[in-house]
Amino acid sequence: MVVNLFYFFIFPGLLFAGVTGAFLSWFDRKITARVQFRKGPPLLQPFYDFFKLLLVKETILPKHGSPLIFLLAPVFAVFGATMAGVFILLPLFNITTGFRGDLLVIFYMLTIPSLSYILGSLASGNPLASVGASREIKLILSYELTFLLVIAGVIMKSGQQFDLYSVIHAQQAGSPFIGSISGVLLFIAGLFCLQAKLGLVPFDMAEAETEITEGMFIEYSGPAYALIKLTKYIMLFILPSFITAILMNGFRLEGIGILWAVVKVIIVVLLLTLIRNTNPRLKIKQAINFFIIWMNLLAVVALVLIGFGY
Amino acid sequence: MGFKDFCFKKSLWVFHFGGASCNNCDIEILDCLTPRHDLERFGILLVGSIRHADVLLINGSINMRDKERLLEIYKQAPKPILVVAIGACGCTGGIFAEGNTFAGPVDKIIPVDAYIPGCPPKPEALIAGIVKLAGK
Repeated sequence: MVVNLFYFFIFPGLLFAGVTGAFLSWFDRKITARVQFRKGPPLLQPFYDFFKLLLVKETILPKHGSPLIFLLAPVFAVFGATMAGVFILLPLFNITTGFRGDLLVIFYMLTIPSLSYILGSLASGNPLASVGASREIKLILSYELTFLLVIAGVIMKSGQQFDLYSVIHAQQAGSPFIGSISGVLLFIAGLFCLQAKLGLVPFDMAEAETEITEGMFIEYSGPAYALIKLTKYIMLFILPSFITAILMNGFRLEGIGILWAVVKVIIVVLLLTLIRNTNPRLKIKQAINFFIIWMNLLAVVALVLIGFGY
Repeated sequence: MGFKDFCFKKSLWVFHFGGASCNNCDIEILDCLTPRHDLERFGILLVGSIRHADVLLINGSINMRDKERLLEIYKQAPKPILVVAIGACGCTGGIFAEGNTFAGPVDKIIPVDAYIPGCPPKPEALIAGIVKLAGK
């Protein structure tokens, strides 16, 4: 029991994932600034933002809305992100072996933050928030199938193993899945799913700040918004870790392997940041077409290639 | 300066309210966020919603219609919030001070923490003002 609480709150869970994610968020902002020939924020900027929102600002409750759900939604979001983080990071750091079928549990847990954002924004009673929520619902409906196909491809490649630990070990015993044609296709589809899950620029129509003024998060202020920021930090760490685990050989935490683990996560975040900085925001219809037609096609082609052994 | 104040001063998120402005101050404010001046190195971001804002930038002369909206926005802002009046019109009313629809400079409507005069103030002046505000 105490060990489980430790897992949840301290080591692979809330504290560790939050702090690492905050540094990755700084990295993301710094790279964005360098791409635009700016200097960028200082290293501890995400912590200043978080503690300012948490400790200094007040939370305003919207007049027309449901205060309870409005305030509980960020808590659910943090909870879902942390649970997903624990399930991903425990096998990844080789602490426990996880359990059979935990890939599917991770898949559902990773959806909880988006669902809680939708709940919270609909509970705020703001028309712009409901526009954002409706876009997020459509986005979820379009990218989840692709993400599931990517996971299905990984399961097929690892010889019908349904748990993350066996998937990682199947790669470490043989070669990383990204080293084959189907692996590269799965990586591309997975990377765009990550982009949509994180709400980064080509797929940030749900929180478009210039168009619907932050969309889903328009009514959040103070500690509630701090929790949403924390969720975003955690997601920015665990999603690249997840794709590292399922396609890029996982972490091998001994000697030079620690450096490799860090480099792999940073490369995934760097790719996400570069996609974010070189693309304009899509319309929701274009995003749905992109996932439903093209990314699904890519994932299905990868599945067929896996079937033929490539 | 305690930990709370330190975090607050290090991460000022800015919301921009333009009154009946001639748009020169708006352009200079946006210029502060461009690569040449880059306010993000002080942790300053332009946010889209007043609920996320720590600093309310107000420029342009405030007329009778703007007054209600400005009061509403100030009421909706999560406290503590800093208010900065930018440009001659925001600080004193400038050439519109005698106008019949003019509803007073900003500090007659809501409390103001910093004034940045100029018509329009240069981006350097804006940065100097905001840095002084952060050091206050």
